[in-house]
Parts: sequence; structure tokens; C-alpha cells
Amino acid sequence: MTQLFAQAGSGDLMVAQNIFWWIFAAITVIAAIRVVTTENIVHSALNLVIVLAGVAVQFIFLGSEFAAVTQVLVYIGAIVVLFLFGIMLTRGSLGEETLAQSERRGMGALVALMLFGVMAVSLIDGFEDVTLGEDTRNLIEVETWEREGTDAGDAFLTRGSDTAAIGDTIFEQYIVPFEAISVLLLAALIGAIVIARKE
Amino acid sequence: MWLNQFLLLAAVLFAIGVYGVITRRNGVMVLMSIEMILNAVNINLVAFGAFNGTPVGSVFALFVIAVAAAEVGIGLAIVLLIYRNKRSIDFDEVDLLKG
Repeated sequence: MTQLFAQAGSGDLMVAQNIFWWIFAAITVIAAIRVVTTENIVHSALNLVIVLAGVAVQFIFLGSEFAAVTQVLVYIGAIVVLFLFGIMLTRGSLGEETLAQSERRGMGALVALMLFGVMAVSLIDGFEDVTLGEDTRNLIEVETWEREGTDAGDAFLTRGSDTAAIGDTIFEQYIVPFEAISVLLLAALIGAIVIARKE
Repeated sequence: MWLNQFLLLAAVLFAIGVYGVITRRNGVMVLMSIEMILNAVNINLVAFGAFNGTPVGSVFALFVIAVAAAEVGIGLAIVLLIYRNKRSIDFDEVDLLKG
């Protein structure tokens, strides 16, 4: 597999990457528009799956496999199922929903377009020619003390999977936010049970 | 690849999510639109992390995913409670806090 990529040459690889990026971006945007416009709520939830998978693909393009896998497991695996349960339990909403009046839809489109305009202008102004490196994987430090013939503690930087780097960062630098978020999740789950419980 | 590709895609998703929050009346649909907004922010975080060559962007994206999971749990519990009390989850009809 690695040899195959090496033979293809980095130029061809970049072109192929760009083509696939545009295809996946188009799929994501079309599915996102369908999420907010279809009248059938179950169809909206299924289109949301496509949007979430598209975002996971973007994470892969950015060289962050761990975030992509977490996105698939947590969002598509858990949160969408939660949404479908919510739709089922509020049975009145199953099926068709009367959409908002056209006046409000016009205002919503105006707000969204203006918001996008402001963001697009500032992004294009601020990051016009900024490119990502060809290899978006993170630099990780690898110690070679296990290998024969090298000095103990000898370290070098290499491109590697970012999962190890993410683990190191969470459990060294960001251990306090990590613990705080686990307490937040516990509190949210208990709160959800208390709110939804029958008296 | 340009950094702007990812940032503009995130901006598009964000704007579509805002449109959904404004126009949809169903409570579950509003929550779904909020999820799309959070995903757009995650793309930005991971893109800037890749741009700077650090894993910190992905770490913050993971934190956002965890908070989003908590938010959906609480949000759906509230929607269920509204449905149980009013037999409807149309957010236009929820005006209990109106003076």
C-alpha cells in the first residue's frame, strides 16, 4: 500500500485528494440543506447521518483519525439513535411537520446568508493563501532506546498517527478539563433522568 | 490543500444550522440544527490544529463532542417533558415564560 502511494507520486495524490474533497464537501452541504428543509422529520435525521459522516471524512482529510472515529461512534452511533428515540417518543411529530410561514423562512435565509457573508469575507481576507502541509499528520517524538546500537534516550521526530499524540495531550496537559467534562457528563445524565422521569 | 477550504465548508454548515434553528418549529429539529452548528465548529478546531501541527485542535474537538452528547441528553429530556405536558413539541406554542 505504501509503495503504491509512493509510485503514484505526491502530485497525483494531491490532485486525487482535492477531487475527493470537493465530492465529499458537496455531499455534506446538500445533505445539510436537506436536513433543514425536508418536512419529514425521520428523513431529516437520516440526512443528519450523512452530514455527520461527511464531517468525519473532513477529519480524515485533516489527518486526525481519532477524532473521525470518535465522531462516527459518538455522533452516528449514539446521538442519532437518541434523536430517533426522541422522534418516536414524541409521536405527534412523527411524519410530516408543518413548516414555518414563508415570511419567517425568508428572514431565516436572510440571517443565514448575512452570517455566511461576514464569515466568508473575513476568512478569505485573513487566510487567503494559507495552505495546509502536504502531510497533515502530527509530528510525534519517538524514542529509540529500545533499538540496538543507539544511545538510551535518543529521540527523533517522525510523522505518525495522531492517536498517541492526542492521548499524551489529554492526559498530561488537559487532565483537569478532561476530569471536569467527565463530571459534567455524569451530572447531565442524572439531570436527564430526573427531568424525564414520571412523577 | 488550502486551509480556507475547510474553514469555508465549516462556515456553510454553520449558516445552514442557524437557518434551521430559526425556521424549524419542531423541538427535535432545533436540537439537530444545533448539532450541525457544533460540528462546523469542530471542523474549524481540527483544521487549525492540523495547520499548526499540534494535536490540541483534535483534543478540543473531542471535548466539544462530549459536551454535545450531554447537551443532547438534557435537550431531549426537556423536549419529552414539554410533550408530556402540552401534547405538542411545537416551539411556537411554548410560551410559559411569557410575562
